[in-house]
Amino acid sequence: MKEIVIDPITRLEGHGKITIFLNDEGNVENAYLQVPELRGFERFCEGRRAEDLPIITTRICGVCPVAHHMAGAKAVDAAFNVEPTETAKKLRELEYCGYIIYDHILHFYFLGGPDFVVGPDAAPAKRNILGVIEKAGLEVGKEVIKHRAYGQKITEIIGGKATHPVSALPGGIAKILSEEERQEIEKMVRSCVEFAKFSLKLFDDIVLKNVDYVNLIKSEPYTLKTYYMGTVDKNNKVNFYDGDVRVVDQENKEFVKFAPSEYLDIIEEHVEPWTYVKLPYLKKIGWKGLVAGPHSGVYRVGPLGRLNAAEGMATPLAQAEYERMYKTLGGKPVHATLAFHWARLIELLYAAERALELVTDKDITSKNVKNKPGKPGEGVGIVEAARGTLMHHYILDEKALAKKVNLVVATTHNAPSICMSIKNAAKGLIHNGRVSDGLLNMVEMAFRAYDPCFACATHFAIGEMPLKVEIYNSERQLMKTLRR
Amino acid sequence: MTKLKLENPYFLVLQETVRLQIGDGMEKLKFAFYWAASCGGCEIAVLDINEKILDVVAKADIVFWPVAMDIKYKDVEAFPDKYIDVCFFNGAIRNEEQEHIAKLLRKKSKVLVAFGSCACDGCVVGLANLWDRETVFQRAYLETPSTKNPESVTPRTSVKVREGELELPEFYDTVKTLAQTVDVDYFISGCPPPVPLIIQALDAIFTNKLPPKGSVLMPNKSVCDECPREKKDKHLSEIKRIYEIEDDLKTCFWDQAVICMGPATRAGCGAQCPKVNVPCTGCNGPGPRVKDQGAAAISALASIATNPEVIDQVVDPVGTFYKYSLAHSILRRKVMK
Repeated sequence: MKEIVIDPITRLEGHGKITIFLNDEGNVENAYLQVPELRGFERFCEGRRAEDLPIITTRICGVCPVAHHMAGAKAVDAAFNVEPTETAKKLRELEYCGYIIYDHILHFYFLGGPDFVVGPDAAPAKRNILGVIEKAGLEVGKEVIKHRAYGQKITEIIGGKATHPVSALPGGIAKILSEEERQEIEKMVRSCVEFAKFSLKLFDDIVLKNVDYVNLIKSEPYTLKTYYMGTVDKNNKVNFYDGDVRVVDQENKEFVKFAPSEYLDIIEEHVEPWTYVKLPYLKKIGWKGLVAGPHSGVYRVGPLGRLNAAEGMATPLAQAEYERMYKTLGGKPVHATLAFHWARLIELLYAAERALELVTDKDITSKNVKNKPGKPGEGVGIVEAARGTLMHHYILDEKALAKKVNLVVATTHNAPSICMSIKNAAKGLIHNGRVSDGLLNMVEMAFRAYDPCFACATHFAIGEMPLKVEIYNSERQLMKTLRR
Repeated sequence: MTKLKLENPYFLVLQETVRLQIGDGMEKLKFAFYWAASCGGCEIAVLDINEKILDVVAKADIVFWPVAMDIKYKDVEAFPDKYIDVCFFNGAIRNEEQEHIAKLLRKKSKVLVAFGSCACDGCVVGLANLWDRETVFQRAYLETPSTKNPESVTPRTSVKVREGELELPEFYDTVKTLAQTVDVDYFISGCPPPVPLIIQALDAIFTNKLPPKGSVLMPNKSVCDECPREKKDKHLSEIKRIYEIEDDLKTCFWDQAVICMGPATRAGCGAQCPKVNVPCTGCNGPGPRVKDQGAAAISALASIATNPEVIDQVVDPVGTFYKYSLAHSILRRKVMK
């Protein structure tokens, strides 16, 4: 049996490794995405002060610290049985929109987008942000850098620090927004709405008007029929910061809708000895291994998961784009993995529109930002991180120290699906022991669509994707190396 | 409001002293970046220098950056010794792969910089030193309420699956800092390192004005020196949690009975957290002339406490005073049985 190792593929809250096994006929038998790192937050958060948990857990991920900060803050709110003030909720959500803006721009232009904007067949050296600038023009490149920085700046103003914000407290937020800061954010946000519209137009011009790209999006190797999960508001519209979590099946029927406190009734995590990451599934259906379909509990989260799990967007421009996507791709749900990119841009527009609503709200500069916490107990906080549903669950003792902590992070939900998408992409390209050089591109595109949490640098500025495929025979002798 | 000063007095003083010579001034420098047990925030901090990243690329070739380039460990092994001019290493040493790479990069680099809180001080990851591998695994893979694991499976370094064999690096009992693993030339702490300090360090490298080996490339001040809050005569008769006070938004947290790590913590961040009304939690690491950040904070507290009962009101002393520096402290870890 042959073994193909791609190591390191790049980062997934640590470092990732893909191993593909071929059977005796030389066809793909199985693919494993291994996460070779663990840091142990669920253990060392025990004993910490409740107010420190939203600060310590930001260090799970330096790309999406705002998501952990807010999931943590909502879990401590719930544990102290306190509802933040209206202004505090709006400030938190505004900061959250800033984070989504920064993170989705980072992914589309620096990481995933180059595959489309520059083209999947372009030389690897061109498939990065510099290649995007070359194709779309220097002015566009400057706009990309500017608006990514705007997202970071909004987080810094409200959160204190852009990476690892600190200002959310049990019952509210410590930061009071000044009128001067409000105006600064409004200016940035207005610009972000225009930039999001521009980005969707760019996607339209370059991707959707190219029949080959659309066929690629709809093609079999990039299709995976799973359940979908995402947080929705009262009207079942996508919401990043608050709401119930909705799951739909492969036919767009609601499978379940649950409050954050009920998450243990809905999902479970499976452990495999070959990876440090756990593999979640819908509890009612069960773990059936790395397979898709209605009889497997595997579900997907993130931009496409959210749009599939919801019934629309809560802002007008994003709603129009939402309708257009489903019309173009043949109705709901969309199972095409590469549609994650399109969904991400629709969410970018929603985040900017929503931020504009919040920053022009007359309450946003109110000084009423904190409510008094009650007695410490147990709480669950759920937000939608850029990459998907993020769950923090804390149990506090009578001194408001953490007794138990459980965390289910965004990329973890997608781990089983990423394995399958890689396997499908590999299957399309490996036949009878012959490995096409195109394998690198296809495998890379398959997992990058999910934006597995790391990737910040995989594509940015100067880099090439760090990919190498090594093919071993059954004696573990190196037979062939593909690399870039 | 105090503004963060870009000029670091440290460099002015040390310009005339012995410096590590890197490069010959003619050729581009060779840089390497690596991450060990970390969150990716140090990479984002490098991105946050925004357009200046283009200056870096103009002046230096990046010869190893696993997230950005297809250069593998064995390519680094093939470099001549001291081939890399400056290696920026972030992340703590949590498993055998990270230790191996730290040793390899030390051998291949003229200058090794511990970059960020994890590499310098162990950061929050170092709090795992209150446990060991077995108890960390127990929580993650067996106890957590969402985990269903009837056969008590935990990850192993070598696993036979149906199709073949898969390997994982060994997870250690103890988190170590970079300097506890190999010889380190310079330190820039912070979680992540503040952008102005990164720019300043890069300038020092490009102009060959690095201070003597062993220096911390951060201001010789504490966070209090950059904090706009008014300090009064501190007498501490009780301790409160941040969510228990009616913050007056202008007085030092210590004067409002809330523990703040500012006095024991190095400056360079511009006191960003106190400026949004949250006490310093110490992420920039030990202040100047402070060997043990937690001990310095405890000593500050003891010196202003008006009665011994105040000390009893401290909950979670390790997490409060050693949140980012347990691995680097004189305590280092819980005694192994």
